[in-house]
Amino acid sequence: MALQSLDIKQRSATTTPAPSVRQTTEVAKLIDVSACIGCKACQAACMEWNDIRDEVGINTGVYDNPVDLTAKSWTVMRFAEVEEGGRLQWLIRKDGCMHCADPGCLKACPAPGAIVQYANGVVDFHQENCIGCGYCVTGCPFNVPRISKDDGKAYKCSLCSDRVAVGQAPACAKACPTGAIQYGSKSDMKDYAAKRIADLNERGFAKAGLYDPAGVGGTHVMYVLHHADRPQLYNGLPADPGISPLVSLWKGFAKPLASLAIGAVALGSLFHYVMKGPNEVSKDMEKEVEKETEQ
Amino acid sequence: MTNHWVDIKNADLVVIMGGNAAEAHPCGFKWVVEAKKERKARLVVVDPRFTRSAAVSDFYAPIRAGTDIAFLGGVINYLLSNDKIHHDYVRNYTNAAFLIDEGFKLEDGLFSGYNAEKRSYDKATWQYQKDKEGYAMVDETLQSPNCVFQLMKKHYSRYTPELVSRVTGTPKEDFLKICGMMAETAAPNKTMTVLYALGWTEHTVGSQNIRTMAMIQLLLGNMGMAGGGINALRGHANVQGITDMCLYSEVLPGYLSAPTDADKTRDEYLAKRTPKALRPNQMNFPQNFPKWFTSLMKAFYGSAATKENGFCYDWVPKKDGAYDAMAIFERMHQGKMTGFVCQGFNPLASLANKRKVGDALAKLKYLVIIDPLATDTSEFWKNHGEFNDVDASKIPTEVFRLPANLFAEDAGSFTNSGRVVQWHWKAADGPGESKGDSEIMAALFLRLKEMYAKDGGKFPDAILNLAWPYRIPAKPAPEELLMEISGKALADVTDPKDPTKVLVKAGDQVPGFAMLRDDGSTSCGNWIYGGSWSQAGNLTARRDASDPSGLGQTLNWGFAWPANRRILYNRASADLAGKPWDPKRTVMKWTGTAWGGNDIPDMRPNAAPEEHVMPFIMAPEGVARLFSPIMADGPFPEHYEPFESPLDNNPFHPGNAKAKSNPAARVFKSDMDSFGTAKDFPFVATTYRLVEHFHFWTKHAHINAVLQPEHFVEIGEELAKEKGIKAGDKVKVRSNRGHIKAVAVVTKRIRTLDVDGKKVHTIGIPLHFGFKGLTKPGYITNTLTPFVGDANSQTPEYKAFLVNIEKA
Repeated sequence: MALQSLDIKQRSATTTPAPSVRQTTEVAKLIDVSACIGCKACQAACMEWNDIRDEVGINTGVYDNPVDLTAKSWTVMRFAEVEEGGRLQWLIRKDGCMHCADPGCLKACPAPGAIVQYANGVVDFHQENCIGCGYCVTGCPFNVPRISKDDGKAYKCSLCSDRVAVGQAPACAKACPTGAIQYGSKSDMKDYAAKRIADLNERGFAKAGLYDPAGVGGTHVMYVLHHADRPQLYNGLPADPGISPLVSLWKGFAKPLASLAIGAVALGSLFHYVMKGPNEVSKDMEKEVEKETEQ
Repeated sequence: MTNHWVDIKNADLVVIMGGNAAEAHPCGFKWVVEAKKERKARLVVVDPRFTRSAAVSDFYAPIRAGTDIAFLGGVINYLLSNDKIHHDYVRNYTNAAFLIDEGFKLEDGLFSGYNAEKRSYDKATWQYQKDKEGYAMVDETLQSPNCVFQLMKKHYSRYTPELVSRVTGTPKEDFLKICGMMAETAAPNKTMTVLYALGWTEHTVGSQNIRTMAMIQLLLGNMGMAGGGINALRGHANVQGITDMCLYSEVLPGYLSAPTDADKTRDEYLAKRTPKALRPNQMNFPQNFPKWFTSLMKAFYGSAATKENGFCYDWVPKKDGAYDAMAIFERMHQGKMTGFVCQGFNPLASLANKRKVGDALAKLKYLVIIDPLATDTSEFWKNHGEFNDVDASKIPTEVFRLPANLFAEDAGSFTNSGRVVQWHWKAADGPGESKGDSEIMAALFLRLKEMYAKDGGKFPDAILNLAWPYRIPAKPAPEELLMEISGKALADVTDPKDPTKVLVKAGDQVPGFAMLRDDGSTSCGNWIYGGSWSQAGNLTARRDASDPSGLGQTLNWGFAWPANRRILYNRASADLAGKPWDPKRTVMKWTGTAWGGNDIPDMRPNAAPEEHVMPFIMAPEGVARLFSPIMADGPFPEHYEPFESPLDNNPFHPGNAKAKSNPAARVFKSDMDSFGTAKDFPFVATTYRLVEHFHFWTKHAHINAVLQPEHFVEIGEELAKEKGIKAGDKVKVRSNRGHIKAVAVVTKRIRTLDVDGKKVHTIGIPLHFGFKGLTKPGYITNTLTPFVGDANSQTPEYKAFLVNIEKA
């Protein structure tokens, strides 16, 4: 989505410096897992606001539906049954893009402007620039982006960047009936989380805490967890997410070179196009992309 | 709800039992979360399954479906034997001190007065001992063996923690922990709120399930308090409004008991329903019954209803038997009905025993469906493969589908569970040829009236004289209807103490039901809604959220019946002298000259505490009933097994087969063979809703279908292992009435329980699926459920029955 009035802090495969005149508050969505009833109102709101309609699936023997994130389901509830000391817990986590401060997807993306990070921290995909290479999927420590079967482009939660840009909360936060999804400035959200954590401590969850992992520079979607010491209980939420060293390598050293190379290829193609007209190269590229996608 | 949604936030302890608020009422559930966050309230969930509500609870305990009275009776025993009750409250505000007839007893599971043939009780021995003036006698020391307090103590002394655990399958220590948590709220400044829904009502002991918890709330002094009460969460948008307006044959609008064949004359009818006070000085509010009924008749028949013709009493149908939904379908099944108008009702899917319902519909000459959606019922005659395997060529019923608007396509009012009536405005036009329900009914009525006028008929008077004062007769406006329901003065209404003083001018809307009269000078379509549209206008349309007390009372938001009162019995939130039990949560207090506080007093406003007018004004006793002489199946709730039980007998009365299940539950003779036994159907099944769907509506909506696409059943890991079933397998679930196939969800959330020395497995079956809609075509869950009803409400036992399961 390219419609925004927010400064762009980082842009994929771009070296132009970011604007720095305007003051922008960093925002965050806080998901209080201890108040979540797994009602999926957030999923419905996401579909409504973003005009996405996934297929009617099947029941695979669990409450989760759709069973995984897709290009048309940008958020899903994941249900985990955990039994400890004879007491059962049903841990229900809303999964979706974490909007990392240091986004692996953006770092990995070779397409200029396909992934941006706004000054408020939201990481957004601009599908019109997406070449569908799937590097963002590899680059994401949370396994979030999905490539669409319809248009071959990558999709994920935009934190409702269009709503957020005009001072509205994301659709999921607005729809959440129990206040389990809160939205505001990142510092306010941390304050709110501290209160919730104190409450959970008092209810016997000694290890309750905030999930805002340092490995990705912190996130703009945070969780309050009853068991912050063991995030993996929540359907495999990574304990210590980080960007793959390969992506760092790509970003730090290889990408500028590769970008140059891509630029050269593009220039070459243009030259080729101008001289000889369109040819079959694009088909091969498509196949290449498909292969990437399947990985 | 005796209280209201927002008030849940004032509780110290929230108990969810017989319901699953997070699943079925996610929006209202926010107030539970609020109570936890802001008041440090604890949430306890007791349910056969570890539910979505349990997921955010502080403590969860499992229970075998259909054994709530055993559990709650055990709580009563705990409170009484550990002396954890609110003594002043119990002594003054309940009938604990009342003396009961010496003939009253419980013997081998049957109360005195049982008639096995009629499956009903003669309640003569369940009555109060009365003095010469006709007042109930009391023993304020609570020591007499015949006083309610001692009888209750004796009755529940049998409900020991050991027996409770043996019957319910709830581990004893879990049960005792919950008893302890509830007992803490006996303190005058602590309250427990109880949220329940159909998990309590849909049993053959449904009404008594609720009563048992009401008794606990009385013993703890939690009725009338902010953050207290006993709160029925209503499951269907505006089902509260439907109940209030009485789309039932059992009562007239405003819960006025309907006349029967026995009520030959208006005077006899009124005399039977107009009680005398049972204690001195009590308000005995039902003494106003003739005013409510007469005003209703004026709304029905307008100027045709006169004093001379008894306000058309003779035109009101007199019941000659039961006409609840199950009774109607029993009649239909017997071939005794010609036509059926089915408005906003999908009985093929929502009534018990689908096969019987389908067979019954096939015996009709015609069926009229008034609904926004193409319901399963509207295609009961059509073959939908294995899901509805019928032969259309053998079904003569003619079906008419009249497309109705959805609620958002009409203006009107909704009444929420908290009795708050809220006006809503039309948001969009209905699609195609759809019409509003009142427009459809008007068209039917005007056509009928024309036919009666032209052709005559057996009894045209009631139709020809029905008041129809709408500006556009074919299209009564929702505003006109609410004004009619709220009531108006037909002649000047004067002060009974000073006839020269006009209280309401002729033609004006009445300010409330207190202005209604029994002489035909007022008209009111539903007394409890009296004043909802006063001379000040449509009070249900108010949207002022200001809340000076901070308790969430918002007296200027909508209109709460009765009288805009937000918490019922609120006089009981203060002690005898009128001082609030908890000044931090003042609902009502005596100001020295009048009752005031943060609500509309549920009390005569100038009744000084010295007058000893007690808070339960709808009871002729003035106090609440720990012992109820009017229930159909016993004055004290007693544990009976569900009609289909995994046990051979009732562990409370192992020697008496008659007391295994509720001896006064309603069973039709033809259904006696439809029950299964544990030998063939060893597993307990229970049915319920899912948060992703709304009854049988949202299977027609794409997004909801995406979120929960296919019928499934839930089973515990132990049973799955026993039967070789894995998550995702197709399974076949059978009861003695039919079978369904669905996907298996294998879960830790359903535990195998130890009950009476044996292992009992539970199977959970959501109800939303069917053969019409966008979800994967599926079976109808109610193929499995038994056609047997609660003794008091005739609600079918959807929540506890027997099935077997195998891999499909």
